[in-house]
Amino acid sequence: MLAIGERINVRTKLFSEAFKARNFEPIRDMAIRQVKGGANMLDINIGPARKDGPELMSWLVENIQKVVDVPLCLDTSNAEAIEAGLAVHKGKAMINSTSADPDRLALLMPLAAKYNAMIIGLTLATGGLPRDANERCALAAEIMAAGAEHGVPMEDIYLDPIMVPINGQQEQVKEILEAIKLFREMNDPPMNSVIGLSNVSNSAPEAMRSLINHTFLTMAITVGLSAAIVDTLDPAIIQAVKTTSVILNQSLYCHSYLETC
Amino acid sequence: MAFTVPKEVYNGKINQVEVGRDQHKLILGGEEVLPFLSFEGKAVSTVPLALEVHDVNPGDWAPSLTAVYGSAMNDPVQWARMCQDEFKADMICLRLSGTHPDNGDRSAEEAGKVVQAVLAAVKVPLIILGSNHAEKDAAVIKHVAEVAANTGSIIGKAQEKNYKTFAAVATAYGHKLVALSDLDINLSKQLNILLTQSGFDGKNIIIDAMSSTLGYGLEYTYSVMERIRLSALQQNDAMMQMPMICDVGEVTWKIKEAKASEEDQPAWGPAKPRGVLWETLTALSFLMAGGNLVVFRHPEALGMVRKTVAELATAA
Repeated sequence: MLAIGERINVRTKLFSEAFKARNFEPIRDMAIRQVKGGANMLDINIGPARKDGPELMSWLVENIQKVVDVPLCLDTSNAEAIEAGLAVHKGKAMINSTSADPDRLALLMPLAAKYNAMIIGLTLATGGLPRDANERCALAAEIMAAGAEHGVPMEDIYLDPIMVPINGQQEQVKEILEAIKLFREMNDPPMNSVIGLSNVSNSAPEAMRSLINHTFLTMAITVGLSAAIVDTLDPAIIQAVKTTSVILNQSLYCHSYLETC
Repeated sequence: MAFTVPKEVYNGKINQVEVGRDQHKLILGGEEVLPFLSFEGKAVSTVPLALEVHDVNPGDWAPSLTAVYGSAMNDPVQWARMCQDEFKADMICLRLSGTHPDNGDRSAEEAGKVVQAVLAAVKVPLIILGSNHAEKDAAVIKHVAEVAANTGSIIGKAQEKNYKTFAAVATAYGHKLVALSDLDINLSKQLNILLTQSGFDGKNIIIDAMSSTLGYGLEYTYSVMERIRLSALQQNDAMMQMPMICDVGEVTWKIKEAKASEEDQPAWGPAKPRGVLWETLTALSFLMAGGNLVVFRHPEALGMVRKTVAELATAA
């Protein structure tokens, strides 16, 4: 399973300031810590980045890839910033994200094709959050059709069922598990899926968050989740990723399996 | 409709390990597909084949073997030269069996002198092994590894009981390391993790899954080796991507089917071809399971395997 580190995020004051001042030090430290913790990709969330998105993203991609050897997930609603990041990225990047909105698809799918990048497809339309697993699948079909139209290989599309907090939308959480299962059946080989994990425990007490996060992650991996944007500094998350991989016979057991990738 | 050959896609590849010194270096491993499937990608085209030499005359070898080496078995230098010059072994596997507490209990210094003399006498790379007595091997290898410093030799065998000493001296003197586990894939991975955690570079490890001969557990070794290769190539498990050594001669030539004379077992036919074929078939089986280096006792078995490997490597 692809564990995408979530920590470099404009919503954290430390990073919004570092982005603005082009102060790389805290970004470098966090990139290295997340990869050491077990991240095999890093999410770089710069938010809407209306002002200088392209310059900021290319600065981040170039510098982060100098200090860690993992691909990056370019997270912004600014398509120009995404393209600027893709242009300097080494290896296979991930675009985070398009929705099922036809305008967004027409804008972002060609970028994924042009730069041979993976792309996250949020099962989200202009009408608001999907109500159940079936609506998520209907939107997934639209995303897949747009991918096919623009020449993006199906295995590069990561369908995102949209994680919601268990505190408030409890009945949706099991629909998300159902959607992950159904996404797999929409193509052969099965479609990939991704979630923004920490959202499930949003507004839950701090002491409960890790437990809710890694329990949901374990359940989602069991039904076929292929990637998650997670807090790789939480050992429970990476331990769950490694242990599920061993239990599903995707990696070889030995007494020290937690200590290797 | 035209037929398309179905091809597997692999996620990992096997480490490439260089052994030996000067102009006589050899490469082990480096393949990116299952054994000999060169239509799928980069397969091994050569497998180094070694012959065994002992520091003291083993005394109990089968007549088929003593007939080959004769009095050279009393002198490791002469024996090693014979293996290199006459039988064209790619490597010499020098076993310090005289250091075993039950077989003379020779000192590390005595063993070191033999290693030094053999290194001076032959150019091909050396595999220097103890007597498979975990404690004594650890004591002997400290000195022997120093004597052989910077010759790019393979030393062994590191086991769970003594791996720290082996890792330290192999690092200090620039050797590769054989990591032996008891016919168990999980223990093999565990030992490799322990070695790398102790600071040893995993790129210098050679896995010994513990060989067993035809009729005496060959299928267990085969299965462990095969699963090690699948983990390395399909699951991209870095702790399983080391080349594998097959210690075939030792396990083959101690069984009655290889040793018994025709007088004792008339129904089994002549002793020599029987033993040689037994060793050949055991070695070939392990090469099919992903072996990267074979240690033989009989030069004719080595010759037959070399010929077969060459044919398989050029077949595609």
